[in-house]
Parts: sequence; structure tokens; C-alpha cells
Amino acid sequence: MSFDLMLIAASLPKIATGVLLTLKLLALSLLFGTALGIGGALMRISGSRWLAWPAFAYSYVFRGTPLLVQLFVIYYGLSQFEGLRASFLWSILREPFWCAVIALSLNAGAYSAEILRAAIRGVDQGLHEAGRALGMSPPQRFLHVTAPIAVRLALPAYGNEAIGLLKGTALVSMIAMNDITGVARTIVAKTFAPYEIFIAAAIVYLSLTWVIQHAVRVAERHFNRYIKK
Amino acid sequence: MAISEHSEPVIVLEGVTKFYGAFQALKGCSMVVDKGQKIVLCGPSGSGKSTLIRCINRLEEHDGGRIVVAGTELTRNMTNIAAVQSEVGMVFQQFNLFPHLTVLENLMLAPRLVRKLPRPQAREIAMHYLARVRIPEQAAKFPIQLSGGQQQRVAIARALCMKPQIMLFDEPTSALDPEMIKEVLDVMTDLAREGMTMLVVTHEMGFARSIADSVMFMDAGEIVEQAPPEEFFGAARNARTRQFLQQILTH
Repeated sequence: MSFDLMLIAASLPKIATGVLLTLKLLALSLLFGTALGIGGALMRISGSRWLAWPAFAYSYVFRGTPLLVQLFVIYYGLSQFEGLRASFLWSILREPFWCAVIALSLNAGAYSAEILRAAIRGVDQGLHEAGRALGMSPPQRFLHVTAPIAVRLALPAYGNEAIGLLKGTALVSMIAMNDITGVARTIVAKTFAPYEIFIAAAIVYLSLTWVIQHAVRVAERHFNRYIKK
Repeated sequence: MAISEHSEPVIVLEGVTKFYGAFQALKGCSMVVDKGQKIVLCGPSGSGKSTLIRCINRLEEHDGGRIVVAGTELTRNMTNIAAVQSEVGMVFQQFNLFPHLTVLENLMLAPRLVRKLPRPQAREIAMHYLARVRIPEQAAKFPIQLSGGQQQRVAIARALCMKPQIMLFDEPTSALDPEMIKEVLDVMTDLAREGMTMLVVTHEMGFARSIADSVMFMDAGEIVEQAPPEEFFGAARNARTRQFLQQILTH
């Protein structure tokens, strides 16, 4: 078996053309996923069964099924609905890009909801009491006491989630999108050199992961400043 | 308890009961605290002392009887609970300082949010009370950087910044190393001398002797005995009180 280091080097710039799409997908789905996660977590801890149950079902379904299946269901499945095709939403939903964003966001939201819920629960009950004893309202306590501490508690798991999501974006190549993996597959089809090309793709993913890890570490250092002696 | 003609009750409890499931934590507790009075509550663990004072600022809801704090009766459907809570300062055994805020920010938070004070004014009040608890130089630090005694003094200052009419202390020195107890009790003694109405759950009997107007003994959810300290320590009438005093005073 031959192994061509030069081919890896030569294909890296081409594969890098998929980085922009991968990053777009990652950024949008992290954004929407976080919003969904905050909503889901708040519903879970609301104390109302009518809010908690749908949020639980949402997390259960999207954590309990493969992302690829979700992507296919959204991409191929939604077009089955006549009404949807006729509606204004169709201009968005027929785009593979937005289908991918929706699938990734829903998936990220399901995980984020669980991470945030656990983090909120992890905030010392005594601090709630201190806030109550000072006459702070529930929204004030949440905003000024619970949330900032929960963010710190959630950060390590959230960093993992972001890295998981980065790798999840690779699945969009299955719906004909030219993200990093999509570009790599195209090159493989031309060069018949899967080994070198996918290693090149892996190198690109690893460097993106490094960036995320570093960003999370910087954020952790900021948030942990008050727990260091 | 010596209630003078001019006394002005700020806390009134009448037959207060509290259940946790089938367990009755308070079995009809009644007491009156006048403005400026200092009451020390003692008793074995599980006797209901903490529950009692936590009902007074409604961290716990009582199930029966009446509680009137600063002229407002605490009821299930009250809307102004925060207004009452901000009149009652509370100091916890575990300090419960906000770990993500500096000492100064800990003190400024509630005055800003609840009293709607502008920052400069909240800061001025915060620095005033930090000086009163003798740690103005720690203002910029995070709570974790302070000793236990310093943290508890910050917690006292934080409660005082709301300018409460009443201060509740729930075993304020129980989580402290012995060498730090005095600095906290000194601050509390200052506060007592200045005329603050105080309700203190503690086993610091020296403190009770020197500042309390009245010492209460609780056991099994009941206020068993209440007397001025010299009488309480010298000639407790109740057998359970005498037994408790023997236990904590002998070591």
C-alpha cells in the first residue's frame, strides 16, 4: 500500500474550503441549540407538569435517536407534507443548509437542556435562600445568582457538547453538502485515495477542536477565578 | 420576659405549627419580640429552633397559628412577601455568600435590585457596613479568599445593607473554627448594643448571658422555657432545660 504525504498536503487547502460551511453550521446550531437548551431546562425545572413533560419528551427523542436519522427525517420527510410545500416555510425547508441547521440545533438543544438543567440544580440551595432572605424576587435570584453560577458548572460539559456538535456536522455530507467531510468525499471520488484525503480531513477537524478546547479553557479560567484560593 | 408599657412588638407568634409530612416540627409556638429586644434561642438539634426563625422570614411556611412581622401578617396568599423579607435580615450557619461576586458586590446586590438604589449609593452603604464589621480592606476579594470568620462578618454586613428592622441569626458560629468565633460574636455584640432587634439561635451561652434580654429553650417543637439569662442559667424551672444546660455547660 502506498501512502502519499504530498497528497495530504496538497488536499488540505481544498478541504479547507469546506471549513466555512462547517463553522457556519456549528455556530448557528450552537446558537439555536443553546436557546432551545435554555428554554428546555427552564421548562424542566418550572415545577409545572405541562411544561416539564414536553421538554422531557423533546430531550428524550432527540438524545435517543441518531443525528443522521433526524437529519434524514427532516430533509427527506418534510417534503412529504403537501401543506408544508405550499407554505412560505418551504423556501427555507427545501434548502439542505437549513435542514441541517434545524437538525443540528434540535439535537444540540436536547443535550444542552440536560446539561443546563443539571447545572442549575447544582447551584447551592443555600444561595437561593440567601437571595430570598434579602427580598430578591425569583427572576432576580435566577439572573444574578443561579445563572452565573450554573454557567460555570455547565461549562466543561458544554465544551464537550460543542466538540460533539462539530463532529456531528460531518453528517451533513450525507445530504449533499460541501462541508469538510463533503469536500473530502468529493476529492476521494476523484483521486481514489481515501486514506490520505480523510486523514487530511481529520487534521482539519482536530485543529478546529483545538480552537474550541482553547476557547472553553479561556472561558473556564474566567469563570473559575472566584473558586481558586 | 419584661414587657414594658411602651413596648412595641415587631414579631408576634401565636400558636405556630409546622409539619414536614407527618413530622410536626413546631407544636404551637408563641412568642412576642419587642423592638430592640435580643432573644437567644437554644435547644437540642432537631428541636425546631431553625424552623422557627426560618418561618419568621418565610423561608419556611407555617401551617397553623399566626405570625406577624413588622406589622404584616405572613399568610399563604400574601403578595408582598419580599417586602417583609427585606425588613428581616438573616445570617446563616453556612454564610451563603454569593461565590461569584466580590465582597463589595455581595453587599451591593440586594440594595440595588430590591431597594433600587443607584450604584454609588449602594457602594457607600456597603463600605459603611464593611467598616462596621471591621473588614473594609477585603472589599475587592471573593468570598473564598476570606477566612470563615471574615465570611460570616461579610454575611452580617450584607444583611445590614438592607437596613432591616430585625436580624435573625441561625447558628452563626457553628461552622466556624474556635479561634474565629469571637470576631463574629464581637460584631454581633456591637449590633446588639446599638439597639438592633435580634433573634439568635446559638449555643454560645456566654454570648447569651451577656447580651440576651431573654433566653428561650426549645425541645421537640415546643418553647419549653423563656426567662432572662440570669434566671435561665441560674434557676431553670424545667427539667429538660436543666438537663440541656448541664450537657452544654459541662464541656
